[in-house]
Amino acid sequence: MFDQALVGKEYPPFAMEVEKGRLRLFAQAIGETDPIYFDEQAARAAGYRALPAPPTFPFTIAMEANQPLLVLDDLGVDKTRSVHGEQSFTYHRDICAGDTITGRQRVAEMFEKKGGALLFIITDTWLTNQNDEPVCDLRTVIVVRNG
Amino acid sequence: MAQDVRFADIEVGQSIPEACMPTIGPVQLALFAAASADHNPIHLDEQAAKAGGLPGVIAHGMLSMALLGRMLTRWVPQRRIRHFSARFTAMAVPGDALTCKGVVTAKREVDGERLVDLEIHAENQRGERIVAGHATVALP
Repeated sequence: MFDQALVGKEYPPFAMEVEKGRLRLFAQAIGETDPIYFDEQAARAAGYRALPAPPTFPFTIAMEANQPLLVLDDLGVDKTRSVHGEQSFTYHRDICAGDTITGRQRVAEMFEKKGGALLFIITDTWLTNQNDEPVCDLRTVIVVRNG
Repeated sequence: MAQDVRFADIEVGQSIPEACMPTIGPVQLALFAAASADHNPIHLDEQAAKAGGLPGVIAHGMLSMALLGRMLTRWVPQRRIRHFSARFTAMAVPGDALTCKGVVTAKREVDGERLVDLEIHAENQRGERIVAGHATVALP
């Protein structure tokens, strides 16, 4: 059995400075070719303050602070027995180079399937910018193979 | 850059433009590991992947999701995306080339925003779904 007491646990806030070099590397790694992700002038021409972070970059902000591993550590589960099952993003505002993003992660739900062979861990993460404005909400589903 | 697609021009059931992505290779996985902060060796090191019970290195699930995201941002400006979710249904491996597809499932208006819901997925060259989910975009 898993520790039901973890449901509702909120981890200490984390923060990341979003650097333009990192955004360019991320855009390159996903094969992006649109100049708005590389060229500041193109980004501004498209109405952005600076280079924008691509849609899935918010998960990297959480990864950078090891957030997906915290609940596994609490459960004493080796990360090699876990897989990322689902990911969702709800967007409120742009994340751009130069932003400092702060996040908070909370364990939303945990349940077992297949007679306890699989443990599903659902966490919510809220990201805000340097002006305390919400930028993106994440929901992450991690699946752990038991035994 | 993405065109400005208009709400009035969208019909439920219509497909959005497919996006064929280049073949995933080890260099892309190394770049993505560094860029995304996911340094799990199962994406980089054949020995480590095999020790973990895998046939070999596998691509990051979040890389496949990022490719789906590229289909969306080719179709509409990124700012129009309100929601984007995906389930990781199968593994992509080096040598796979993903094609991203999406279909409009609903049009609705909420708080003065005109929203279009989509079912989206990425499949490999054998038609196997690697990642599948939903997106909602707000259109003018």
